[in-house]
Amino acid sequence: MTGLIIAIVAILAILVVLQVMRVTSLSSDLQDGKDNEVSSKDNDTQGTLLLLFGIGFMIAFVWMLIAWGDVLLPKAASEHGGDYDSLMSISMWMCIAVFVLVNPVLFYFAFKYRGLKGTKATYYEHNNKLELIWTTVPAVVLAVLIIYGLTTWSNITNPDNTDNEPMIVELYAQQFNWTARYSGEDNTLGYANVALIEGANFLGVDLNDERAKDDFIVKELYLPKGKPVKFRFRSQDIIHSAYMPHFRAQMNCVPGLITEFQFTPTVTTSEMRSDKYVMKQVKNVNDIRLVKGKEVWEFDYVLLCNKICGSAHYNMQMPIKVVEQAEYDQWVAKQSQLAQN
Amino acid sequence: MSDDHGHHKETFITKYIFSQDHKMIAKQFLVTGMIMGVIGVLMSILFRMQLAWPGEKFPILELLLGKWAPDGVMSPDIYLALVTIHGTIMVFFVLTAGLSGTFSNLLIPLQIGARDMASGFLNMLSYWFFFLSSVIMVASLFVENGPAAAGWTIYPPLSAVPSAMKGSGMGMTLWLVSMAIFIISSLLGSLNYIATIINMRTKGMSMTRLPLTIWAFFVTAILGVLSFPVLLSAALLLIFDRSMGTSFYLSDLFINGELLQNQGGSPILFEHLFWFLGHPEVYIIILPALGITSEIISTNSRKPIFGYRAMIASILAIAFLSFIVWGHHMFLTGMSPFLGSVFTFTTLLIAIPSAVKAFNYITTLWKGNLQMTPAMLFSIGLVSTFVTGGVTGLILGDSALDINVHDTYFVVGHFHIVMGLSAIFGMFAGVYHWYPKLYMRRMNKSMGYVHFWVTFICAYGVFFPMHFLGLAGLPRRYYSNVEFPMFDTLADINVLITGFAILGGIAQLVFLFNFFYSIWGGRKATQNPWKGNTLEWTTPVEHMHGNWPGEIPTVHRWAYDYSKPNADDTDYVIPGQDYVPQTTPLAHGEEAGH
Repeated sequence: MTGLIIAIVAILAILVVLQVMRVTSLSSDLQDGKDNEVSSKDNDTQGTLLLLFGIGFMIAFVWMLIAWGDVLLPKAASEHGGDYDSLMSISMWMCIAVFVLVNPVLFYFAFKYRGLKGTKATYYEHNNKLELIWTTVPAVVLAVLIIYGLTTWSNITNPDNTDNEPMIVELYAQQFNWTARYSGEDNTLGYANVALIEGANFLGVDLNDERAKDDFIVKELYLPKGKPVKFRFRSQDIIHSAYMPHFRAQMNCVPGLITEFQFTPTVTTSEMRSDKYVMKQVKNVNDIRLVKGKEVWEFDYVLLCNKICGSAHYNMQMPIKVVEQAEYDQWVAKQSQLAQN
Repeated sequence: MSDDHGHHKETFITKYIFSQDHKMIAKQFLVTGMIMGVIGVLMSILFRMQLAWPGEKFPILELLLGKWAPDGVMSPDIYLALVTIHGTIMVFFVLTAGLSGTFSNLLIPLQIGARDMASGFLNMLSYWFFFLSSVIMVASLFVENGPAAAGWTIYPPLSAVPSAMKGSGMGMTLWLVSMAIFIISSLLGSLNYIATIINMRTKGMSMTRLPLTIWAFFVTAILGVLSFPVLLSAALLLIFDRSMGTSFYLSDLFINGELLQNQGGSPILFEHLFWFLGHPEVYIIILPALGITSEIISTNSRKPIFGYRAMIASILAIAFLSFIVWGHHMFLTGMSPFLGSVFTFTTLLIAIPSAVKAFNYITTLWKGNLQMTPAMLFSIGLVSTFVTGGVTGLILGDSALDINVHDTYFVVGHFHIVMGLSAIFGMFAGVYHWYPKLYMRRMNKSMGYVHFWVTFICAYGVFFPMHFLGLAGLPRRYYSNVEFPMFDTLADINVLITGFAILGGIAQLVFLFNFFYSIWGGRKATQNPWKGNTLEWTTPVEHMHGNWPGEIPTVHRWAYDYSKPNADDTDYVIPGQDYVPQTTPLAHGEEAGH
């Protein structure tokens, strides 16, 4: 019965629309005669609407910045993260500048030069000087961005480790979880390969390798503040991606090869939890969770998978804790004990 | 070339089905592209519902997806499949075949002054291969384990090993077959377009008198010919890895409890091969839209396109650069950082010719006499979205910045604004503008206005907020965001996006209605409804095989003499008329336009 009523309503709606179309078609015929496709009234209306849209668009943009400014990631929690955020800031402001300068001009011109009765166009087909200006100015701006960006990239991907040897940690990805293998005292990981996976040795570590003797395996990352850590990524099955957004770190985990990414955490989990911006975010989150009857959330760093990897791609995560050196040492001691037993 | 096109008898089959007439083939591409577009949009609404209201029961989901939405809740497997097929359909079937296939076919012979394409037969095959590939792609939706689901980028090993995910079985096989046939279709078309443009221009139609649409289609076809074969090779190697035990992309794999025997391959090889097409592909998508925009903005501003030669140069620059930027999709693959630097450099360079085009469009509007047809509105909208979407490309193209926004919603926002908005706006604009040439009638203007405004507002409403989601760290291709408390505050934004998506999707019904109704009930078109200069408006309103009765017109000037004053500056070149068709010889004392 509902289906029948919906069908009748739909048919009637279509008939209404058909009649409206015929009426508008005939009426615009009357206005400007059959020759003109659009009337000067059309141009006036649409030109004005375009201007209004342009204004509304800019207002909406500002509204979004204000309304959603606090969902953005908090300040970077790594050494290179500060450089990343500065580069992002400058680049974004440059993009925003282009956005708020070019769009209004476009919509303003669409309004100002709308074809009213008597409007005449000016035959103006080229101006090489103008072309040169708007080729060189972007080129110069981009050159600056490129140099700045590449310097940052180089510092991130090729950090200076001469005085400070990074701690090596393996991050092992599989459908659909993460495992971390610390390299222990010798700071060297034992050889591992999927061919050696057997039973409890689910990482495929070569148990006869000397270097593997002090490796220990955990399901939660603990990192000491202020010490560089170089992650070596392995994947068991397909491409995953280790995304640690608070640290401005990401690297694909590709089966068949080992990828790397190094950073130095600079903010402990508890320091982050006391940060004003983070506290506001946590409060906003918990306000929502309270309404939904979910348990309260305390801020934690997190590792997410960021390369489509199958059905549970959306829930492949591992918690990360950044702690002071002392607490880290205690944790290491405990893990090593467990590994030996 | 040969002038015997008008002489053979046409049957129903040769006129409407296996037609070799470029105009009919254009319509076939358009309608097939539109049907695929409807499917693609429907899919996006389904997965947007999941993202806005995760876990909510929707009976319509169970109705449409059957076993894939038990109890009215979409399963994660089909979510990924929907996202994959949506991307594939939109990028290839709608924005490549639907956009290039339609307008290259319709406009190339008409605007260069040719009776038809160089080979009507290859042209006909090009459409029917496209049709076949569309059928196979849609068929893949109905296989037992579902269609391909590894993303439209189908990286191995996920796409290579059937046990890695459901969609990587028969669904993936059909996807590869469909795409191989699609590539053949595309190559046949492109070769035809190139041969026709080079060889079959009418007398007086030098390359520098060609409308910018033709330049765009020409360069796009060259891009296609050089890049699609590489995708074909990537697909073939993937087929070998899947079915013949090779290891081009596979090494050291332990999947679903089983150690695989493959050794020595690398998934990164696939990524290089894929993106070597993948990047030029997005320019294959946008260049025709930009060419169409040049034409429509100029005609509807009653002014020449500003900087015709600069526009040609920028098309060429974009095309050349598009071949050396593909690595910006691979900054985080473990590729050498130095190589990453090279790609950052080339990628940021491509912003320059793009900026030139945007500024030239805006200058064309300046001091114009703007005629706000629906086509013109979409073209103006394209300029806005091209700038808005283009600037975020600078962030993503910077390798250092890509670290934290790669594969987040920031990327999704960027490419949808440039493809899902700019390119589709170009397609809409083209349909509204050349509808008289396709169907000898006019589309309804008021419905066009409604379509534009609802689409424009909703489109920005869907994709602009995504930049905020990306900067908040939200990854793409996530079935649900509730597993991470840090994303709980993004739920409202997701609901807003879905709301705009649903409204925007419904608005397309206005367009579809207008399009199909006007074929039979639209007002009959006049010969030159937009008062254009180009050759397609010199053909009779009723389609004829061979395009012109009698001789093909000779061309005496470029395509953009709108509002051109005569030599004494007392009136226009043709008194009382603000346009000078390309067929008009230079008047006494008149200088050529550029």
